[in-house]
Amino acid sequence: MKLQQLSLFLENRPGRLGAPLEAIAAEGINLMTLSLADTAQFGILRLIVREWERAKQVLEHAGWVVNLTEVVAVDVPDRPGGLAEVLRVLESAGLNIEYMYAFSLRRGDKAILIFRFEDPDPAIDVLKTAGLHIVDAEELFSHFP
Amino acid sequence: MQTELWNDAAGGFHPVSAPDFLPEARLQEVQLRRLRAVVGRAYAHVPLFRQRMEDLGLTPEAIGGLADIAKLPFTVKTDLRDTYPFGLFASSMGDVVRLHASSGTTGKPIVVAYTREDVEVWAEVMARTFAACGLHRGDILQNAFGYGLFTGGLGAHYGAEALGATVIPVSGGNTERQIMVLKDFGVSALCCTPSYFVHLIERAREVGVDLRELPLRVGVFGAEPWSDAMRAHIEAEAGVKAYDIYGLSEIIGPGVASECAVQDGLHVFEDHFYPEIIDPETCRPLPDGAEGELVLTTLSKKAMPMIRYRTRDITRIISEPCACGRSLRRIRRIGRRSDDMIIIRGVNVFPSQIEAALLEVEGTLPHYQIILTRERGLDQIAVEVEVTAEVFSDKIRALEAVRARLAQAIEHICGIRVDLRLVEPRTIARSEGKARRVIDQRNI
Repeated sequence: MKLQQLSLFLENRPGRLGAPLEAIAAEGINLMTLSLADTAQFGILRLIVREWERAKQVLEHAGWVVNLTEVVAVDVPDRPGGLAEVLRVLESAGLNIEYMYAFSLRRGDKAILIFRFEDPDPAIDVLKTAGLHIVDAEELFSHFP
Repeated sequence: MQTELWNDAAGGFHPVSAPDFLPEARLQEVQLRRLRAVVGRAYAHVPLFRQRMEDLGLTPEAIGGLADIAKLPFTVKTDLRDTYPFGLFASSMGDVVRLHASSGTTGKPIVVAYTREDVEVWAEVMARTFAACGLHRGDILQNAFGYGLFTGGLGAHYGAEALGATVIPVSGGNTERQIMVLKDFGVSALCCTPSYFVHLIERAREVGVDLRELPLRVGVFGAEPWSDAMRAHIEAEAGVKAYDIYGLSEIIGPGVASECAVQDGLHVFEDHFYPEIIDPETCRPLPDGAEGELVLTTLSKKAMPMIRYRTRDITRIISEPCACGRSLRRIRRIGRRSDDMIIIRGVNVFPSQIEAALLEVEGTLPHYQIILTRERGLDQIAVEVEVTAEVFSDKIRALEAVRARLAQAIEHICGIRVDLRLVEPRTIARSEGKARRVIDQRNI
């Protein structure tokens, strides 16, 4: 039910984002999505890729410090209020979101929300109980050729 | 020539300066008498010194002449750390009237002590320092050295009072207030670190104050190395004569040596502090004129005599007579040190302290480097630390917390706030032998 997310430390200066992306592209690894969180001084690049083991190996070999985190993907209808509905569920259950990001699928009318919880398992239970659909890796990557 | 450089307001001889003009033979007589006394005192009261003398088969009677000082064992900074806090005191606490402290090579500071006589000697040498810089009774001195454990503030304070000048104990920092005092109180002389004064000049300009139009006449600068180019800048921008003074807490604080009107080397107050130059590798004494490490012996200190203290400052002794008429030998201005100590805004910082702080937070020592820059005249210290797998997190908050913990640990140990930057792994240059931990871009 959970996805493996890779995180990399980047300095916040020109050209730093391109290097790791080129390194995995050179290995023919396709990105599902990414998110970048930054401060004035540094940034954290978070990646969702199908072949995360190989991507991790490639990046670590090239010298990056890579962190592996379990995140939860939820799909919602790609319309106004889609995200708000999920947030209401999490809020009423008193669950704290460490961070989140979202993207739309190329085909279909779905948006995918990626959540990072301190402890993902209770959150998954809450989301499921509320009738929301958790997207696992197999399903997510089936949208890609 | 001499009368105009002496400092009585009436143009005459100022009594405070009398020992600066002793004939050589008389000076050496004083030095030898005091050297014998201080060696005897340290031998009698400081176990570490006595032990080292015994190891060398020496007693205080070994001092027949001044040249015999070369037989004596050295004292080094780690001796102060190893005997922390009071192990090198030669007086009982009942006779100690003051303690100061400065940073040591690890987390612990080094502690120095003064008897009432020591405080008087300190005031005397600082009065002679200010006199050599052209101050006299009637001058208004803004003392912007920090008051507190640092020896700069109180050392300058007592000296200026002993000279008869008017002291404004404004202490360090709060640049706006410094500028107001400078402007409103008719300040004629100011003392602080040179880098802080450059900052003050710039800040004054920003708020529309031209220091050249104020009565300020003399700047007395010390506690960190600075260059002739910086002096030229200060003198032109502030309309002052800028003097370099030298001292260190272990010996007494400021007041060990001072420039005179000639501004060509610093006269060592050698009736109280006996200077030697040694080769820092072989520890052999070098003749006057040769460059090496400055070694100082306190000839009159009571509470904490320092015998042949290795300062780690590289300089040479100038024994040629000075145009000012002082018979005291001079040392060249200090440009570099023989160890890795960094002096930043008057605070001594050792890379080993930074390492101790990083180690404390991370458990293992990450790759790091220290970068020194000078922005708007003020020294800046940045510490770059490579992110390791142990501390890396996918959460910004967690990384910011790591950064804050590292910065706090450094501030706690070194007493100085640093700009702590997390950098990507393998971005700090690796070197074959000894890592180059300090990148000094200050162009002193």
